[in-house]
Order: sequence, then C-alpha cells, then structure tokens
Amino acid sequence: MGIQVNGVTYETDENGYLENLGDWTEDVAKKLAEEDEIEMTEEHWSLIRFLRGYYEEYQIAPAVKVLTKAIANENNMDKKEASEFLYRLFPKGPALQACKVAGLPKPTGCV
Amino acid sequence: MDGAESAASKEVQKSDEAGMEKNENFLNPTPMLDELEKGPWPSFISGFKELAERTKKPMLRGVMDQLEYSYNTKMGYWKGGLVTVNGYGAGIITRYSLIKDKFPEASEFHTMRIQPAPGLHYNTAMLRELCDIWEKYGSGLIALHGQTGDIMLQGIEQDKVQECFDELNQAGWDLGGAGAGMRTAVSCIGPGRCENACYDNLKLHQSVLKHFVGVLHRPEWNYKLKFKFSGCPNDCTNSIMRSDLAVIGTWKDAIEVDGDEVKAWIDQKGIDALVNNVINHCPTKAISLKNGEMVIETRDCVRCMHCLNAMPKALSPGKERGISLLMGGKNTLKVGVNMGSLIIPYMKMESDEDIEAFIEKIEEIIEWWDDSGLDHERIGETIERVGLKQFLEGIGLEADINMVSRPRDNPYFKAKY
Repeated sequence: MGIQVNGVTYETDENGYLENLGDWTEDVAKKLAEEDEIEMTEEHWSLIRFLRGYYEEYQIAPAVKVLTKAIANENNMDKKEASEFLYRLFPKGPALQACKVAGLPKPTGCV
Repeated sequence: MDGAESAASKEVQKSDEAGMEKNENFLNPTPMLDELEKGPWPSFISGFKELAERTKKPMLRGVMDQLEYSYNTKMGYWKGGLVTVNGYGAGIITRYSLIKDKFPEASEFHTMRIQPAPGLHYNTAMLRELCDIWEKYGSGLIALHGQTGDIMLQGIEQDKVQECFDELNQAGWDLGGAGAGMRTAVSCIGPGRCENACYDNLKLHQSVLKHFVGVLHRPEWNYKLKFKFSGCPNDCTNSIMRSDLAVIGTWKDAIEVDGDEVKAWIDQKGIDALVNNVINHCPTKAISLKNGEMVIETRDCVRCMHCLNAMPKALSPGKERGISLLMGGKNTLKVGVNMGSLIIPYMKMESDEDIEAFIEKIEEIIEWWDDSGLDHERIGETIERVGLKQFLEGIGLEADINMVSRPRDNPYFKAKY
C-alpha cells in the first residue's frame, strides 16, 4: 500500500502508517489526514507538533496518560475535557489517528 | 511471529501437495477439532459447526480451518492491530490472521466487547435484537459472557465495525472497556433475586458505570482498573481475586436469627446436622449451643457466610448493612497473583448521597494511582511498591485495625478460654 503526494509515492503499512518515518512532511500529513477524513485545523497541527517534538526527544510516542495531561496543562482543561478534546480532533483516538498523521510508528499494545 | 509465518508457508506447500478433497459439506474436514466433541462435556466445536452450517458464513469456515491447522502445528496465528469506532479508544479487540494467504476466509476476526446489564438482567427482546444485529454484520458467534464480564461478539471485519456498532448503540447497547482504562464492571444478581444482598449492588454498578463511562471508552491511565460488585461476602463475582476494586456487601451488627426457623431446621435435619455441618464448620468458633438453643457470638463472627448458606431460612445478614472495599486483586503481572486487601472496612450504601461519597473516594484513589503509579502497573502493585501506609496517607484514610486481613490468626491476639 502507499499514498501519493505531489507525484511521489510513499509506502504505508496495512493500517495506513508511514513505513519510513523520514518521509513525513506537512503535505504528507495532510494526505494522511485526508485518508481518514480529517480536516486539519490549527488545533490539529499544534497537537501534531507536540507529538513530533515528544518523539524527537524520547524516541517513543507519548502514553495517552502523558498526552492527556500535557494537553490539559497547556489549555487549562481538566483531564476529562482534555480527553474529549483529543477525541474531537481525532475521533479514532489520539494513539491511533494522531500518531498516524504525525508520522510516528504504529503504537503497540492493546489500546 | 516471523518464525510462525515462515513455518506456516512451508506447511502451506505441503498440504497443497496433498491436495484438498472436495466434499459436499459447507465445512472442510477438521479431524483434530472433532476430537474436542468427544466426551460428556459440551463442546464449542459442536456449537461452532452448527452455527457455520446454519449461516453458511465463510468467515466461520475459515476460522475452523485455521484452528485445525493450529492444532496440527501447535502454534497460534492471530495478531492484534488497531480497530475502533468514532469517539472510542477501546472496546474492539483486533484479530488479524498471520496466515491469511492460506486461510483468506479467516483474514479478519475482530471481537466487539459489549457491556452487560448489571447483574446480567436482560429481557429476551433485547437479546434477540442483539443476536439479529450481530448475525447481520458479524459471524453470529457470541460468548456470553467472557472473562472480562462483557458479552463477546466474536468475528467481524473491520469495514463493518462502525455500522454494526451504530445499530447496536441505537438498540441500547454500548461497547465495553479495553486497554489502560476503566473496564466493564461485573455484579452478582444482587437484591433482584437474592435475599443475602446487603446493598443494592445493581444500582451502585450503574451509578459507577455512568460516572466512569468516559475513561471506559477513552483509556488514559497507567493500566486497567476493574470493579466488581458482590452483594454479600459469598462474593459470587469472585471480586477479591479478580478485581482491583472489590465492593462487597457486609453488615455491622449481629446475624439475624429466626428462632422458629432454627427449630424447624433442627426438626427436619436433626441436632447432629447442626453440630456437624454448621457449628463445627464455623471458622472462628462463634456458634455454640446453650440449653439446646443456637447462639452466635457476634464479636467472633467474621462473616464467612457458612451458617447463613447452610440455614438460609433461619439466618440472615444483620440489619445495619453496607459495603466493604477491598483493593488490589489481580492475576500475575509485574508481581504474582494478589488477592484484594481490605481498605475501607465499612461504608453505608443506602442513599444517593452514599453513592456520591463512594464515587468521590474512588476518584481520590484513582487520582493518587494516576500520579504515583508506573506505566503498566495495577493499583495493587503500586500499593505494594510504595507501602500501604503511603497509600493511606495519599488518599487521606486512617489506618484501621479492621484492615488486617485475618485478625484471628494474629499471634498477638489473646483469646479467652
């Protein structure tokens, strides 16, 4: 499987995650979001930037717990609001969908 | 996994050479699985075959073939993945076949966890509707109920999951818990059908469920957290062993004794039965005979339920009823199997305010665990790691003599003889 952006084909796995993390660009992210019927807003981009920053620093995607707390702190929300906010942006869940659009590796585990 | 795949592809060639015989039946021959139908016990294979022959769903045939193959190679061929419905981060258990080239019909076989009603009180109309919807979108195979307490709808393809969920949801059903969040709760039949229930566990179950529905669908904790609600110390939900938060009905005052019924019991079964089967079996020797009358020393009673179970008409739980909360029960993980330890010895559970106070306490406990627990650590393990004292300070509870798990085995306890 793969996606086409500006005439270049990028390899993706069966769930639509980028095979090569180095392939990620903002245009690729837009295309990945489009595949999942997500319209990217500034709020989406801000989350994507956070995920990529975290990954760069720790070489692992943040646990949902960490992500929820960070979003809650940043936006002055309680954790419940932060969780609902995340699922509003990415209805299939921050772990699944946001990581996909951010070009992070597929989360493992049973979440 | 790679090893399994390459072993599988070698096997594929072998069996292709042998050639599959065409037969009249819908299902392919499965001699290994057929062995499981022998003997006096019910067999899931018989049920599986019946369902497959009736519905003619290729998915069921594929899974039978793959399972037969698994029994031959002594390997499992399912892998997890990521499937969910909109707005939910949990509830679908993903199963992709590792050897879909060999068994294309079994390439996807995902499970939907559906929450049961408290105490498993359904009406048949709802169950029929559930079955109809499930047969329309999925395999028709249902495990009622799985270890998690959920109704397990087993066998659906990813493309049909959202549509199936929407229809189930319209009919009043909701997905159960999975992942690192609140899990589906379980309760015994409770006051609905049992005279021993010391509180309305069905109502508490429902209230707790409504309160925690967000974290049930969108997991965000260290690890899973399970509630079980047992109406009395018989603990029919096995909550002490199988839940992080075991809520068990209890009473503070004396066991209620109906003298006439005690006499009727003795008339029917004899005084020998009373001595041999009731008095002698009391673990704390709290029961004695005085002038032919049965006397229970309340101070010594540990609410083991034996005498109440033996003499259900004559004895019943006391009047001052409520709940005990035990915490930390779980199966092997970072450390071995744990049983729950008593954290809140007694709490009243009658009014809506009682329920609110209970939920507030649980919120405090979870907050502490969320801050102090490590990733993938059950709450019982966190308590064990930091110590019970730290935990009690963290959630603002006073240490209580009743928190010791087996008071009469305490060597410092001096009984009067």
